Amino acid sequence: MLHTVNKSPFLFKNFESCARVAKAEDPIMLYEDGVYAAMKGTAVEALMKEMIAKHPVFAIRADVKARGIEEKILEGVKLCDYDCFVDLVTQHKIYAWL
Amino acid sequence: MSDEEKVSKIMFVNRRAPHGSIYAYEGLEVKLIMGAYDQDLSAIFMDDAVLALKKGQDTSELGVKEFSATFRVLEDYGIEKIYVVEESLKERGLGVEDLVIQPEVIPISRVAELMEQQDILLSF
Repeated sequence: MLHTVNKSPFLFKNFESCARVAKAEDPIMLYEDGVYAAMKGTAVEALMKEMIAKHPVFAIRADVKARGIEEKILEGVKLCDYDCFVDLVTQHKIYAWL
Repeated sequence: MSDEEKVSKIMFVNRRAPHGSIYAYEGLEVKLIMGAYDQDLSAIFMDDAVLALKKGQDTSELGVKEFSATFRVLEDYGIEKIYVVEESLKERGLGVEDLVIQPEVIPISRVAELMEQQDILLSF
């Protein structure tokens, strides 16, 4: 199952719920405000690091660049273009944490 | 001075991130418009709004407007009191050096007092 998160992890609990529910090895795709979860030094860094240890974690590069956080992305998060998003979507069932 | 001409204390309370919703951009437009009315204006950036002030935003691949540089002109539009909440920066791993402007950093405990001093609060 591919899990997608597009909401800020600071104003919404979507990322935390995703973390609780996703099975190990399930890929996680962060896009729109969801990419803020991948930043270093935040209140959700510890949870994000647990996610990285258990899941392939992707973030859409265009959303990361738009928010000016490219240099603050945690190691282990794979920056990904829309082609790679489409590939993941074709390979998995999807749950969107909207 | 008649009542109609009374200067109101108006504070913009910003809590949203820049590109995931229209709040931050619309809020900025309203600030620039209100700047024309000679009121006592101030702005506070807390929660995800501190992310709207992040340096280095590049929305060219998203095809939406990049407006962070416009925050620099707020002072010229009469919004000289600009605050950013320390805890909100910290939770997001940011410091004032990461921001396009250098607002006064205040603890969240001061927000209520600043709000109390206003005639009008506008939420974005």
